[in-house]
Amino acid sequence: MSVVLQQSRAPAMAGDPVLVVRDLAKSFGGVRAVDGVSFSVEAGTMLALIGPNGAGKTTCFNMLNGQLRPDKGEVLLGGRPITGMKPRAVWRMGVGRTFQITATFTSMTVRENVQMALISHAGEIWSPFGRARDRHKAAADALLAQVGMVEQAERACGVLAYGDLKRVELAVALANQPKLLLMDEPTAGMAPRERIELMALTAEIAAAKGIAVLFTEHDMDVVFTHSDSVIVLDRGLLIAHGTAEEVRRDPNVRAVYLGSGATSGGH
Amino acid sequence: MIDLILTQTLNGLASASSLFLVASGLSIIFGVTRIVNFAHGSLYMLGAYLAWTLVSYLGPADTFGFWGGVLLAALLVGLAGVLIEVLILRRIYQAPELFQLLATFGVVLMLQDLALATWGPEDKLGPRAPGFKSFVILFDNRFPTYELFLIAVGPLVLGLLWFLFQKTRWGTLVRAATQDREMVGALGVNQRLLFTSVFAFGSMLAGLGGALQLPREAVNLHMDLAMISEAFVVVVVGGLGSVTGAYLAAVLIGILHAFGILIFPKITLVLVFLVMAVVLVVKPYGLMGRAPVGHARGHGPAEPLLLPADRLTKLAGLLALALLALTPIFAPDYLLSTLTELIIFALFAASLHFMMGPGGMASFGHAAYFGLGAYGAALAVKWLGAPMEPALVFAPFLAGIAGVVFGWFCVRLSGVYLAMLTLAFAQIAWATAFQWVELTGGDNGILGVWPSAWASSKTAYFYLTLGVCAVSIVALRLTIFSPLGYGLRAARDNPLRAEAIGLDVMRIQWVAFIVAAFAAGIAGALFAFSKGSVFPTYMAIPRSVDALLMVLLGGVQTVSGPIIGAFAYAGLSEQLMKATMYWRFGLGLSIVLLVILFPRGLVGGSLLLVERWCRRPEAAATARLAAEGGR
Repeated sequence: MSVVLQQSRAPAMAGDPVLVVRDLAKSFGGVRAVDGVSFSVEAGTMLALIGPNGAGKTTCFNMLNGQLRPDKGEVLLGGRPITGMKPRAVWRMGVGRTFQITATFTSMTVRENVQMALISHAGEIWSPFGRARDRHKAAADALLAQVGMVEQAERACGVLAYGDLKRVELAVALANQPKLLLMDEPTAGMAPRERIELMALTAEIAAAKGIAVLFTEHDMDVVFTHSDSVIVLDRGLLIAHGTAEEVRRDPNVRAVYLGSGATSGGH
Repeated sequence: MIDLILTQTLNGLASASSLFLVASGLSIIFGVTRIVNFAHGSLYMLGAYLAWTLVSYLGPADTFGFWGGVLLAALLVGLAGVLIEVLILRRIYQAPELFQLLATFGVVLMLQDLALATWGPEDKLGPRAPGFKSFVILFDNRFPTYELFLIAVGPLVLGLLWFLFQKTRWGTLVRAATQDREMVGALGVNQRLLFTSVFAFGSMLAGLGGALQLPREAVNLHMDLAMISEAFVVVVVGGLGSVTGAYLAAVLIGILHAFGILIFPKITLVLVFLVMAVVLVVKPYGLMGRAPVGHARGHGPAEPLLLPADRLTKLAGLLALALLALTPIFAPDYLLSTLTELIIFALFAASLHFMMGPGGMASFGHAAYFGLGAYGAALAVKWLGAPMEPALVFAPFLAGIAGVVFGWFCVRLSGVYLAMLTLAFAQIAWATAFQWVELTGGDNGILGVWPSAWASSKTAYFYLTLGVCAVSIVALRLTIFSPLGYGLRAARDNPLRAEAIGLDVMRIQWVAFIVAAFAAGIAGALFAFSKGSVFPTYMAIPRSVDALLMVLLGGVQTVSGPIIGAFAYAGLSEQLMKATMYWRFGLGLSIVLLVILFPRGLVGGSLLLVERWCRRPEAAATARLAAEGGR
């Protein structure tokens, strides 16, 4: 395990594919939710996964983070297969994630939430003595400072504003120094201004640390402003892959996804 | 050989019918109201008693008298169900599910004493059913026709239920409410009426199950708990909420019993347990059950912030400890014995709190580990001739090993499923102690478990207990604030997030289960030496409920709660026992009132008040949020 940990600590060079997905497929009772999807994400870049409702975004996402086992295909992280691994094993390989509905520990403070992830990362979880509050305090505050939440470190997660919770989640997701960050609808339920701020912050951190980011998104403004490239799913098939501008012009995408000529503001 | 197999199969099917009636009622009520009705076994008992009275009154030899009495008894139990629903349950549908379980256990206690007061402690023998008094010769064996009738009752009721649920408006509403309560309410259905009628219907089924047992077995005061634990097993195996599953499981368990008695008379319950274990490993939510929707996340209310004790609390704890240490100077021996017991119960409650509070796993069978600790000590003394000290060290390991085995299954489930499973395991432990007479002495227990000479005085044993319990409780507390304890809370707060930061939720919960079992074992061993004897009742359901009450009385969200709860509860029950012979009724009533008035427990409730009035607005907001979520 220590070998893996060290690898995850080494920042990847920009341009290396961190995540490679090959021919991924999953069916539910005859319905092909995801049907032979292949793509890759490079270090330090943001890839948006978009598509209309029922396109297979969530299924695809859950096969990457370990919640679903694919029927077919391969997922490689830094060249190593993580296909079909459990979520916690995927995390140990160097994948951080945020949830569509924020998932934090409500009986803990903001700092303790981050400390929890750091304790797990350091492999100290089985220690039955010694106060958890005193461990990795500085590292937790450093992570919180990155997302601008250090002033609220002592507050309970149960009373935070939604946008702040999203930031805490981001800090938690960064605690294992991931190579890849998976963000499921990161800006859902946020005000437009908060959306821009959160995604700008994410892009900045990703670029600085060489983290590859894959996110699903409904807000086209966010997609076109903050993604380096975009992939489009429709009925389980990958129908387009390119820069935001290329995808915007793609006639297939316009037909199935953006509808009759609307190009932005699709929320 | 074949004829034996066939007759035993028929026997099994006959006993499955009543079990099915009770379990299906339990299942239907749970489906709609989300309440696990602990009192369902009591309604079954009530049905049997009422049938006994009515049948004797209407004429046991007369066809109309007998069957009229049986049906009337079932209807009256349905009416009792209406009373229970309107007076108690209706007020607590929004309370946490544990409190609901507790309230229904309060009803169990009340009905027990009502039955005792009305029908007395002797068993009541019922008449044989008119028209079904003869035997038929099947495979050269005489087989009572009433058994054949009972075999037919099961599928008959199953068919009737199917018709009711598929073809009537009421049945459709029940099915709809089982799937989505809020939606049914939003569609303008009178929920109150629906809930009351469902509860009455389920109660009636239980009453019918009891009344039909009249010609088969003597009516007695132990029918309630014996039935409820079997019904829990059936419901867990069949899948909560599924009537067909309940029938399949009832048949399975019934046949298993019939053959078990033939082949392994000593370990029938262990057989049942093994089958249940296999089913749960293959299908965690039972044969026909489905995983509860939205169980994994966003389900419960936000848990309030847990902070380590401030200086004041620590000081108060030290002061209390010092005060306790000084009591032998002025207290007489009987008071010291009582205090010794109280301290043991505080550790017992703290061990349950460890898995229930930070762990979020409610155990309805924690007495199993307490009892195994006690038996561990007693067995070491009786069979190995061990003195007190090694026996005290050995005992908790027996409880811990049981925690390893039982816990492995339990952590695969959550919520009420887990609670039911823990109860079933505790019943198995109890039955083993009860049935394995050669090893455990059965009902007579094991006597002569006395402390070593140096600890034989009340004062010395008091200090020993105080020392061991204080160290254990502090160790549990430290663990709650250690990385392991934080991991446990993380797993409770949000299992999805916990897995996503690399925590093995099941394994963490398993370890917590084992720790809790081990600590309860320490308490049990100390208890054995303080009493000088052990009995199967140490692991019976009431002892498990004692522990639950202590924790809930104190408030499950606070770390000091269980200790205060243990003292408050033990004090209350002792006063009640002194005051009246019907102390169960008093206790049951207090539980019900407590649940209705203080849904957050004593310490939790007063903390909320304190925070609301004195502290920072934010703390008050947290507390309020938790309280609102909890309502």
